[in-house]
This record gives sequence, structure tokens and C-alpha cells, in this order.
Amino acid sequence: MSMERRDFLKSAAAASAASAIGMTLPVSAQAAAEEAQKDWRWDKAACRFCGTGCGIMMATKDGRVVAVKGDPAAPVNRGLNCIKGYFNAKIMYGADRLTKPLLRVNAKGEFDKKGKFAEVSWERAFDEMEKHAKRALKEKGPEGLGIFASGQYTIMEGYAALKMMKAGFRSNAIDPNARHCMASAVVGFYQTFGIDEPSGCYDDIELTDTIVSWGSNMAEMHPILWSRVTDRKLSEPDRVKVINMSTYRHRTSDLADIEIIFSPNTDLALWNYIAHEIVYNHPESIDWDFVKEHIVFASQPVNTGYGMRRDNEISIKSGKYSAKEMETYGKEMRKAVSAKEAPALAPFGYKEGDMMEMKPAGLAHWEISFEEYKKFLAPYTLDYVAKISKGDPNESLESFKEKLKALAALYIEKERKVVSFWTMGMNQHTRGTWVNTLSYNVHFLLNKQAKPGSGAFSLTGQPSACGTAREVGTFTHRLPADMMSANPKHRKICEQAWKVPEGTLNPIGNQDIMKIHRDIEDGNIKFAWVNVCNPYQDSASATHWINAAREMDAFIVTSDGYPGISAKVSDLILPSAMIYEKWGGYGNAERRTQLWRQQVLPVGDAMSDTWQWIEFSKRFTVADLWGEQTLRDGTKLADVREAAKKMGYKDNTTMYEIIFANERAKSYKVDLKDPVQAGYDNSEAMGDSRKVVGSDGKVFDGYGFFVQKYLFEEYADFGRGHAHDLAPFDVYHKVRGLKWPVVDGKETQWRFNTKYDPYAKKAAPDSDFAFYGKLAKELAQGDLQKVTDKTKKSLENKAKIFARPYMDPPEMPDAEYDTWLCTGRVLEHWHSGTMTMRVPELYKAVPEALCYMHPDDAKKRGVQRGDLVNVESRRGVVKARVETRGRNRPPVGLVFVPWFDEKVFINKVCLDATCPQSKQTDYKKCAVKIYKA
Amino acid sequence: MNERRKFILSMARGIGLAAMGALAWSAYVGEVRSAPLILRPPGALPESDFLRTCIKCGLCVLACPYDTLRLAAPGDSNPIGTPYFVPRDIPCYMCEDIPCVPVCPTGALNEASLKDETGAWEIKKIDIGVAVVDVEACVAFWGIQCDACYRACPLMDEAIYLKYEKNERTGKHAFLKPVVNTNVCTGCGLCERACITEKPAIFVLPNAIALGKVGDHYIKGWDSGDEARVAGAKAETTQTKINQQSALDALNADEGF
Amino acid sequence: MKYRFMILRRLTQLGLLGLYIGANLFGWKILQGNLSSSLLFESIPLADPYAIMQMTLAGAVLGFDVLLGALIIALFYMIIGGRAFCAWVCPVNLITDAANKLRRSLGISQVQKRVYMSRSIRYWVMGLGLLLSFAMGVAAFEMISPISIVHRGAVFGMGLGVGAIVVIFLFDLFVHENGWCGHLCPLGAFYSLAGRFSLIRVYHDAEACTACMKCKEVCPEKEVLHMVAKSSESVVMGECINCGRCVEVCDDDALHFSLRKFAMQAKEKSL
Repeated sequence: MSMERRDFLKSAAAASAASAIGMTLPVSAQAAAEEAQKDWRWDKAACRFCGTGCGIMMATKDGRVVAVKGDPAAPVNRGLNCIKGYFNAKIMYGADRLTKPLLRVNAKGEFDKKGKFAEVSWERAFDEMEKHAKRALKEKGPEGLGIFASGQYTIMEGYAALKMMKAGFRSNAIDPNARHCMASAVVGFYQTFGIDEPSGCYDDIELTDTIVSWGSNMAEMHPILWSRVTDRKLSEPDRVKVINMSTYRHRTSDLADIEIIFSPNTDLALWNYIAHEIVYNHPESIDWDFVKEHIVFASQPVNTGYGMRRDNEISIKSGKYSAKEMETYGKEMRKAVSAKEAPALAPFGYKEGDMMEMKPAGLAHWEISFEEYKKFLAPYTLDYVAKISKGDPNESLESFKEKLKALAALYIEKERKVVSFWTMGMNQHTRGTWVNTLSYNVHFLLNKQAKPGSGAFSLTGQPSACGTAREVGTFTHRLPADMMSANPKHRKICEQAWKVPEGTLNPIGNQDIMKIHRDIEDGNIKFAWVNVCNPYQDSASATHWINAAREMDAFIVTSDGYPGISAKVSDLILPSAMIYEKWGGYGNAERRTQLWRQQVLPVGDAMSDTWQWIEFSKRFTVADLWGEQTLRDGTKLADVREAAKKMGYKDNTTMYEIIFANERAKSYKVDLKDPVQAGYDNSEAMGDSRKVVGSDGKVFDGYGFFVQKYLFEEYADFGRGHAHDLAPFDVYHKVRGLKWPVVDGKETQWRFNTKYDPYAKKAAPDSDFAFYGKLAKELAQGDLQKVTDKTKKSLENKAKIFARPYMDPPEMPDAEYDTWLCTGRVLEHWHSGTMTMRVPELYKAVPEALCYMHPDDAKKRGVQRGDLVNVESRRGVVKARVETRGRNRPPVGLVFVPWFDEKVFINKVCLDATCPQSKQTDYKKCAVKIYKA
Repeated sequence: MNERRKFILSMARGIGLAAMGALAWSAYVGEVRSAPLILRPPGALPESDFLRTCIKCGLCVLACPYDTLRLAAPGDSNPIGTPYFVPRDIPCYMCEDIPCVPVCPTGALNEASLKDETGAWEIKKIDIGVAVVDVEACVAFWGIQCDACYRACPLMDEAIYLKYEKNERTGKHAFLKPVVNTNVCTGCGLCERACITEKPAIFVLPNAIALGKVGDHYIKGWDSGDEARVAGAKAETTQTKINQQSALDALNADEGF
Repeated sequence: MKYRFMILRRLTQLGLLGLYIGANLFGWKILQGNLSSSLLFESIPLADPYAIMQMTLAGAVLGFDVLLGALIIALFYMIIGGRAFCAWVCPVNLITDAANKLRRSLGISQVQKRVYMSRSIRYWVMGLGLLLSFAMGVAAFEMISPISIVHRGAVFGMGLGVGAIVVIFLFDLFVHENGWCGHLCPLGAFYSLAGRFSLIRVYHDAEACTACMKCKEVCPEKEVLHMVAKSSESVVMGECINCGRCVEVCDDDALHFSLRKFAMQAKEKSL
């Protein structure tokens, strides 16, 4: 090649920049770009990492990805990336990629839970899976089979897994790591709007005057969005205000006009303080026309526990939890009301010292009057809120109060547009659902929701937490397109669409991801399969789950690209095709769906998770799965084999034929003249040149139909016409993603707003808004504490404001464990680091997780920067190096340790308390002690 | 036979002598001379003083908890036996108690230069060198959201800060460009280590190489502290090419106009 | 017992080297640093006095620790025999002894009988080292010292310092018997001067001597044994490295270590 690499990159960058803005390049530059790229194939794809959803372009040569560029035509990032996206070309080529199935065997080659991993064929791998899955079904029924699913599944993978689990195995024990990431946001959306996902979109950033970041380090976790926030701030530095609300100082404070460091969990009080300011001190700012027409007020029980294990569970009774651990877990049954929370709980009938008996209440809530809501708000005076929520002991109460007043004033200011962004700080929270809904309260009272430049907006962590986990519904309780397993009508819709007998689907969906772990520990799950996630590194109280995986009589399978902790604790490891080695699609936080083609063949014998699920389905027949089943609570799933026969299935018809290779599927033809397919591999549909020996011991030569398109289209049909409309599969291969609902070929920017959302317009043609979501839209009536009138009243097209008080988290610093621990991410690494820790440049940049600490705390413990300390909680201890000068600057009394580093296994220390409504784990707070190692 | 043996031996002797001479010679030429691009441990005296004061004992190397420091071995192209470090391999982590310095037996690493008035260590006084950004190779100047160097900097927002600029091409993003404050930068090299480009786009150079110097005759009128910079200012006679001669000689010169 | 001192010396040489290397590799706190300057038991400073002289002449303002260390070392060798350093501590001795052994077994010395280089060259080199240090403002010998290169290399990493080992080995093997240690090394020269009046010396008993000359054969500094078979006296020349080879090879018990016998020698001389 005559051109230097540097020149080449320059001209390639210039060419893509030029095409983005429709500029013509000088002929010589154009020719140079073409010459260099002659044997490269460029195609569009989405970034593998966070929920921002940046578009990229991939160059492949000789079957390998050689380079990427930011896609200049992508509306989210306009050709830019963060440094994770910058390394998309390198993530698939780590030296230790898994290339063959690996099974733990003894000297004779038989499976042995205590054995060492050895390479086995795909056929042997599926033989073992089949054997253990059938044993699990026999011993424990459908609930004995658990799937750790993912917000990083492609849409097709997620749908394949969901359909096989729910329709094939009749099991709801599938739940994604997205549970840890945005379940609280989801329940918040459901309870408030009746339908999942944000009303606004990223365009709000360019349109707003105020950006308030609540428990979200956007600067590191959503860098491209942060650069848009920065641009907005630069555009009108005086007008635009940025506020960072956090429990410690981080990079998002750099740009902030106001930084509010609050004590963990008191975001509940802060939101209610703003509402208190509105209702008590600025009632004129309430848009009563809006509130009266579109809003109802609601209350719920408060003594609902913290989503921890309860006394009657097997592992608690059998003593697997130490006395130290039980100090915290005991609060799941009862706890004394503290002085800190007593004023907030007074309207609910509690006073300081009262013993609160905890009772799971699910999602129950009822309608109340505005007067009741006002009564609920009464305690949140500036004095009370400032006192309990000031997070930095070195800050004066007065300065803190001034900041709170300024914050409230910015929200209240009549002509000011406000966007509230949040991520894990509000979601990973033992009252995560509550605090999510409290954000809408403020925006609703002021009529600053679902409008261009205004709204509360939940940012997503994972690339397809929205697109797959939420929209496809790979949750224990969900079905596609916001339908629920518990709802017989929804089950029926799915059964009909899937052509499975009525009554096949299981109505009981309660095995959320922590429950799956707990069920393995209790001996209730005998077969578990990890898909596209790393649950043994990413779950709190990790030691329990690792011990359970290794010691209990359960068969653990992990499908992964690299040997992470989950692979290590497994019995069988399946080598998975990674992101650009398969056809796929992701949906980002602003409802933008993006699809890509298979760019390269997978490394080694790796195959996609879709393929793995389909091959697995070949091992099960109608007779195997569709007889009568008894669930743990005694519920019986009917024998549907007779009904199946009436539908033309036989006892020995395999699930493969029913669920995946059915008539509709076969109608999506492999067609190399089709412009979407032409020139691209499709390892699942056609096999490929590697000639991988498949699950039957023969060379796999493809299913013979366009399986990814089939899965996408069948799934998309559930949402079309139900305000979840996706465009046709082929369209997504032409455009840079579209924000659903896509109606008449047009995407939707602001939902529920009749000016922008055709569904809102249809629901309420004469109004400005319609909150048309269908879930929980009939409520009984009551006061703050209880239901007084059980008659259900419809609240069609309305949204809700909730009366939800400040409460303490279950574990707080005390004399022995005197420090808050908060965990999270760093910009350089993605989640558990299996990909980014294998990119040399990113590894070099941040090779280990540090314990960020205030210098005074370090001094008090006789340690200094760079020293190793033990971070110890009631559950475990890890060693980490102290950093007092780094990117994160906690106040006295709090430390921050990121969780990407498997050597600093901080989830051994964290507490598996969850929001009792959303079941999302609170990784942001537990109590630890720190001492020199 | 004996003659032949003598011949071979005298040849070998000649070669041995030449090699001995070459050792001395190359050692002198290549290594006695100071290598200007070398980065010394914290508190090192100015290079010429350091070279004469360092006894090359390696106690600083032993004291460094991160294996940052090494002694120049023959072939490293640095003054032989003296301590130095290469930030891209292992940077100086700026330990709060700077353990490499007090162990120095000769004072080549000067404790006093790293302590504040109370006698406590002050890592901000470390002045190994200064970080320099190659703005063409730095991806932050392309608009990539990186600032890995900024976050790695132990004096974040002081030694490296971010300059925000609108990205007019995209119309909705901003550049976050790292800028080094050379007055604060200690030259620890954590930025160089963290830089995510193939060859680092930010790297540490010794002060003598990287820094310019403003003359003593002008003081920033808007900066009250700037007077301290020119404490040694004095009036100097100026000379250029046109006034090589005295006024008298020039006036009396026979050259025409 | 033909090798008892040899074995003891090797143990000492390797033991000390081991302690230094252990300090770097395993963090042992017994003997840290290298022969230029070290720290014994984390408290007692030790330093090379010749290096300190060069550095001082080069204009360095040195810390108290290192001056004290140099004084300790100087006093130590003034008492036990200056060039005991060469025989018992210096790592180059291992190389030159090996070259010597090979040289003897190849019979090279038989062919190269004539001495080419004066043994006093080293004193000139020593002086030149000090002069150059003063002139160049940097410790001149320390910049090329193969002793430092070898020892520092062994402790902290050799780099191309292996070359120094090869060159000295070949030089002593082919060019000149005992060429480096016996003729060129300025540090040896320094310790010769320092040990001029040291207390521990080899004593020769002419009565017992059978003039077999085995001692002269093995001695690296033959002229120090000028009295063998002639008179009973102590070996007083500073060039003696107190290696004890002559003592252990003597079949007649005519040589042994003793405290310096000033009085006796004086008496004998007067006879």
C-alpha cells in the first residue's frame, strides 16, 4: 500500500465526515480513500457497549474486523465514539476467546462436578445439557430450570430464549441482568404511565435549559450524551444550568453549576422536598389544568421490606447465613423506625421506635386525593430534608440549604425547561421504584413532562436493556410488548401467535434474577444457563451464589466469548459468537432500534446464542414438556398434549419444529439476491465455511431459512398496533435506527404528547396529552394508609403521582461497619470487564479497581494513596488500593469501588437487598469497614 | 609450532587490548554524557549536579513500591548506573511519603525540595518533567470522548484540565480536550501510561527539553504573583549584529552611505 | 584442605552477592544497595571510599550518611587488609580467577612468560580517575568501572554489561595474566594503599619452607612473596590480597595468617 496508515486514516475520516454533511471532497482525496479501502468492506452496526446506542461503521477484510469508525450519519453520535466504542474492532480478538465447548470431566471423560474442564464436541455438550435439563424438569418442574438472560442479548437472541422458555419449557424462570440495571425504571414507568420506556428522547438535551443528573455519572457512563450536554452548556452558558446530584463527587460535577452531595437513599427526601416547595410554597406554579385532566394521586403500603431473603426460606433455615449477615437480613421481617425516617413515616402512622412488621405487598397501590398527597408532603420542609440529606460532613448546613433552594427554584421557574436524567443511582435502590415515580411527581405538577426539552428521563446502562430485555420481555413476569405472564388475555394472545395450545403458558412469574440465584442455593433450580452476561461476578452477596453453583446439585452452563467468573464456576461452557459475528439488533434508551448484519464468521467453533437455543429445542418433544406440571405453590399447569394433537402436533414433534422451524419461519427465505442478505454470511441460516460439527455430530449446514428476520418480524408483530410499532426488518438495514412507535414510517420523539405521538392523538384527539399505557389503570380508592373503597375506578389516559416517603435502607453505617460503600463503573471498562480488560490500551489505562476515599478517612485509618486496604462488610472482604486523588472524590464516610475488576471482587462485599417492587439490587449502598491490608 | 602458537596468542592479545579500549571508549562516549531525555526520580538535583552526586547504589530503586525506578544498565543509552524511569512502562505513582527520596545516601535526591514549610511531604512539589500532548494523535481532539489522561492525573483539574469546545461538525457534541498546566504538572507520567493511543499522544519530557522561558525584563501586569518569577532581573548591555563596534569606531569608519 | 580459603572466599563472595540480590528480588533488609553504597540492617551505611573521593573531587556536596559509610569501609579494610576486598568481596575476582584457572590449564603462561605491563599502571589509573573526576565534574571511574557494572548488573539487571564480563575474562585469559586485578584496577590500587598498614597478614616461616614454590605459582601478586625460602617475615606489601591461596597450597606449613609482627620483623631486619 503506497499510503501511510496515518494518511489513510485522515482521508478516510475526511471522506466519512464529508459524506455526513453532504460535502464534496476534492477528487484526489476521494480517490485516495477509495484506493486504501479497496479490499475493505464497510457496513453499519451499533456499538457493543452502553445504552447510548452510538452508530458505528465496521471495516472487514479477510473475515476479520480490521477497523471501525463512528458513523457520521448516526443521529446519536454523528461519527463520534467514546474510548470503549473506539475499540469495538478489538473486542472479539482476545487471545483467550473460547472456541470449543468445555465440560468438567473426570479421568474417564465422564461429567464430574469436581472435574477439570476438557474440550468436548457440540453434540456431547448438548447431550449433557439435555440430560441435566430433563432431570431438573423431572425433579422440580418448569421452575427447576433457570436462565440468566441479558440486556446485551440481540433482539433475536432474547426472543428465541424467551419463546423456548415460556412456550416450550413452560417456565418463567428467565430473567435478565437488566434486572440489576433498570427494573426500577420499568416499574416506575408501568406504575406512572402504564407502559414502559421514556417519553422523551435525546433531542431533549439540545432543547432544554436545565439538565439535572440524579445518581448518574453521565460524564463517564454516557460519554457521548455528556458531550451533547457539554455542547448545550457551551451554547448558552448563562441560561443553561447543569446540576449534579450524587452521593460523591465525580466527573459530572466538572460542568455543573450546582453540585449536591447527599446522604445515600435521601434522594427520596430531595424529590419530595422539591414537591413540597411546589405545593406549599409555590402553589401558583402547579399547572392545575394539566394535573386535573391527566393526573391522579396514589398511595401504597410502606412496610414492604427490602427484597432480601425471608425467615422461612430454606437456606436461611439451614444456616447458610452467618449471624453477622442475619443482622441485616433480619430487617426483611421487621425493623424499628429510626429517628431519621420517623417524620417522613408519620403520615403513614409510624413514629420513632415503632416496630415495623414487613409484609410483601407486590405492586399494590390505590388512588388518594390531592389533600392526602399534600398531607404526605408536609414533613419535607427545608430544615428536615437538609438535615437528613446533607451528604458531606465538611459542608455547612447553610450552604447545603442554599443549594436545595436553588435546585427547587430551577425546577419551579415558569419558563424554564428541565430534563432530569438518572441511571443506577436511582434504579439500584431499595426504594428504586419509589424514587423513579417521585421524579415524575415533580415534572407532572409543573407540567414539564413529555414535552420537547422537558421531562424525567431514565438513561439505560446496557446496549439493549430496552430493545431486548424490556421490549422483547425476557423477564420472569413479562411477555413481548409490555404483556404480562400473569394476565390470561396476554397469555392467550401469545399462545395464539406462537401456535401453541391454550394453557401452555405458565401464569406464575416470580423468579427474578436474584430469585434464580437463591433458588439454586435452596436446591430448587437444578439446571441454570447463563446467556450473554456474567451473573457470578455481577450479583451482590456473590460468595453465596458461587458456593451454590459449585456445591449444590445443579448443572450450570455458561455461554460466553471469554472465560469470566461465570464460566469458571460453571459445569459446561459453550463458546458464543460475539456481537459482530452474528445478525443482530439492539434498542437504546431513547427507543431507537438498530440492526446490523453478520460482519465476520465467529472465532473457532463458536456459535450464536440463537443457534444454541434452537439446537437445544431439538432435544425436547411435546411429550417431554407439555404434560401436566405442578408448580411450587401448588398451581397446576394443564396437560396440553391432547390440545397439541388437535393442532396437528404429535407426541414426538420437537419444539424446534413448533417454536423455530414452523411454517411462518420457513417463509423467510435465504436469498442471496436480496439486497439485505447479499454478500453477507449467515452462520445460522446457511452454515459457513468453518464447517462446524453441530449438535447432532454432523457438519451444520444451516436451517435453510432467514431465522433472524423471522424472529424479529414475529416479535415485532406483538407491538405493532399497540404503541410499540417497529418498522419492517429490511427498513432497519437502510436507516440509522428509528425511535418507536414507528407509525406510517415516522419515528416518535415525544410520547403521550398529542402533537408528536400519533397514539396519544388517537387516544385523546382533543387534548394535549394522553398517558395511554394500559397497565394498572384501574384503582381502588383510599387514604395514605389504606384502601377505603374497593371499587375500581378507571384512569384511562391518566398518569399517577405517588405519595412515597423517605425510608432508611436496610443497612447503614454503624459503629463497627462505619462507612458507606458505593459501587459502579469507570469510563474505560464495560461491566465485568470480560471484553474491555482484554483490550491492551484500555487495560493499560485502568488496570485495576481502586477504592476511592476521602483523604481524611485515609488518614484516620493510617493508610495513604496506593496502600492496599481491606474493604469488609458482613458478607465478605476484598483488597483494593486506596485512591484519594482520583476521578471520584467521596465525602468523609463513603468509599467508591468499581466492579469491573474480577481481582477486586467487590460484589462479595455488596448486599443483595433489592427494591421489593422492582427486585433490582441496590449496589449503591451497604456498610463496610476499611482497614490496612 | 611454538612460533605459530605465539602468533595466535599475540593476535588474541591485540584483539583483547582493542576490546578493552573499546569498552572504556564507548562507555565514555555513550554513557558518561548526560542523556537529555532521561526522567529522574522525584527530588533529583539538576541533571549535572545529579550526575556527580548520585553514587548509583540503587537504594531508591529498592524503595520504590511500584518497581517504577530502574538503574541504567549498559546499553540503556542513559548515564550508566543512574536511576530513571519510563512512564509508559511504569509511571511514578506519586506516593504520599515519597519513599525513594529519604533513602538516598548522598543527597542526589533532595528531601528538602519536596517538603512544605511544616516539614511534611508535598507531592505537588515533585518536578520530574512535564506532560506534552500531540494534538494530532490525541483522539480527544478528534472529538472522541476519552480524557483517560485527565482522569488518570493525580492532580486532576490542576495539572491536566479539560477545555470544552463546541464540535461545529456534528452541531451537537463538544470536544473535551486535555490541556496540561506546565506549572503544576509533576511529570509523574500516569497520563502517558493511561493514554489509549497506540503510541502515547501525551508523554512526559524533562523540563529542560519541554519548557520555554520568558525573559526577565517583562512582568505580567495582570498577575501580582509574576514578580517573583523575575527576582534575578538586572539591566544588561544589549548587542546585535549592527552594534558590534563601539559608537566611536562606527562613526569613524570609512564606509560610505 | 587445599581449598579451605578458596571455599570460604567463594562463600563470602557469593553470599554477599546473594544478600544484595535478595534485597532487590525479595525485599530482604540485610544488605541493600550495591558495592558503591549500601545499607546494612537498614541502619549502617556503607560506601566505596574511592567513589566518594572521585565524587568529592567532581564537586558533589554529599550527604552525611554516605561519608560515614565511606569512613566505615575505609577503616574496616585498613584493619583487615585493604585488598581483602579484592579476594573476598569483589565479583570481578570470580571472573579473573576463572580466567586464570583456564590460562593455567591451557599453559598459556608458559608461552607468555614475559611481563608486558608494569604493576604500577594501576596507581596511574587510580590517579587519573581522580584527576578526570575533578576535570569533568563527574565520578570518572564510576562511569566505566567494570566492578560496578558487574555487581550492579547482578543486582539490578545486567543489560549489555555482560560485555564487561566477557572482555575482562578474555583480557586476563589471552592478553595478560592477572591483567585487570594485578595491573589495571584503580580500586585495587586504592585498597593496596589503604591496607598498607593493616593488621592481618600472611607470615612466612623460612625454617619450614622447602622452596617448592607452589605458593608463588598460585599467587596473583607474586612479588609480595619475595621472601619465600629466604627469610621469615610477614607479607607486608599492600598488593597482597589476603586470599590465602599460598597458605592452603603450602605442604610444609611454612605460611599462615597471623597478626602483623612489627617487632619481630624489625628484629630480623636488624640481624
